[in-house]
Amino acid sequence: MTTPNGPQATFESHLAQGRFMIQRSAMTGEHVFYPRVLAPSGATDLDWVEAKGTGTLYAITVNRGGDGSHNVALVDLDEGVRMMSTLPAVETAPIGARVKARIEDAPDGPRVVFDLLEDAS
Amino acid sequence: MSRDYRGASAIVGLGLAGMGAAPGFSAMELLGQAAVAAVADAGLRMSDIDGVFAATSSHAFPTMSVTEYLGLRPRFFDGTNVGGSSFELHLLQATMALEAGLCDTALICYGSNQRTAGGKLVSMSEPQWHETPYRPRHPITAYGLAASRHMAQYGTTREDLADVALAARGWANLNPDAFARGPLTRDEVLSSRMVSDPLSKADCCLVTDGAAAIVLTRADRARDLHERPVYFMGAGAANYHRSIAQMPDLATTAAVDSGPRALAMAGVGLDDLDLVMLYDAFTINTILFLEDLGFCPKGEGGRFVQGGHIAPGGGLAVNTNGGGLSCVHPGMYGLFLIAEAVTQIRGAAGERQVVDCHLALCHGNGGTLSSQCTAILGSEVAL
Repeated sequence: MTTPNGPQATFESHLAQGRFMIQRSAMTGEHVFYPRVLAPSGATDLDWVEAKGTGTLYAITVNRGGDGSHNVALVDLDEGVRMMSTLPAVETAPIGARVKARIEDAPDGPRVVFDLLEDAS
Repeated sequence: MSRDYRGASAIVGLGLAGMGAAPGFSAMELLGQAAVAAVADAGLRMSDIDGVFAATSSHAFPTMSVTEYLGLRPRFFDGTNVGGSSFELHLLQATMALEAGLCDTALICYGSNQRTAGGKLVSMSEPQWHETPYRPRHPITAYGLAASRHMAQYGTTREDLADVALAARGWANLNPDAFARGPLTRDEVLSSRMVSDPLSKADCCLVTDGAAAIVLTRADRARDLHERPVYFMGAGAANYHRSIAQMPDLATTAAVDSGPRALAMAGVGLDDLDLVMLYDAFTINTILFLEDLGFCPKGEGGRFVQGGHIAPGGGLAVNTNGGGLSCVHPGMYGLFLIAEAVTQIRGAAGERQVVDCHLALCHGNGGTLSSQCTAILGSEVAL
């Protein structure tokens, strides 16, 4: 069944139903994030697959302001795509740390956040 | 081929206005003052301008607003907005338009009153939907992320970043027009309030008012208009991404492509340069661009700036006006890089004058390390 929505709305709708989905091209095997109508290679045969949820911390900063502080992170998913996110349970973390995704109900709606993986594999 | 643009145009007028703080003036009023000064510097009348190139932080249609305010009737105009790098790109586009005969006298201009209008960086940049849930405070969040990555990948330290800020202040102390002057110690930089780890307030550019304008014409007319024309030698642009999460490698910018393109057009090498002007919105920028333009190997930028190497009296003259860190940064700084290069090549830089300054590189940066535009300017000797 085809969806009338574009990739952004489809992603957000999956998220609202508790699923962290990313796109994948069957032809090239590449994953795509953020969701769009074509892959970096130009492939357009993009299907939705559930993200494994595991990844590696690529970069992190802590925004400090009068209204408190929060970290902003870039995470490389094991599928080979990068996304902006946050690690809400810690102030900051070492770059290269292994992380695991979960969906958090934030005030503005559900969002994908990450926790440190204790058992480094 | 692209080398045909080498020496095709020249800057014959320069105007600055409202540098630092200019309470009571709007962005367009400051831009207007700079434009009037630039046209007068070229010995022209405003009505001679028939090409308009502008990008601002406060006008959706900057060339229309500039045209109306200055009373112009341009036959060519371009408002390409690639953030702070817009003006290095405008140099190339104006040169192409002049060479094609689409205009004869081009005005490139910018103005902002960000300091007195609120004291915060103003941006027309729209939020990116895939970043919004994480509340980044761009631009500093993006630059903090890049600095974190550069440190992890290459061992760059906060002390290295501090050396960039100290060098900028050293130059600013030689520039009476610089906004932030006075002694600055390494301890003061390192103990400055943390804003977006690892960047502290002292790692961030100023938020000032300011306007700049230049007049560009074909080289064959240049000597009739100004005794020291500053020639366009070459320019190159490169862009890989918009949002910081999509930058392929946060420790390497597209300056690795824009720099060689500009140098190839100019037919010069890095060793030929007398002055290097790098868009230092944050201290990490200077280190990234020194590496990516080839002044030192990748990852060595932190060590390159140690010991005052880019400060007054150092091995390489970088950001001699004091940079965005200590001279002026009214939102989009790119045209002020060009203004300093023109001032130095004219030999009019006073106490901070680089001896025998004939060839300068201006590197503009726009967005979140996104658009990279490099331009090379030279004196008649460099032609």
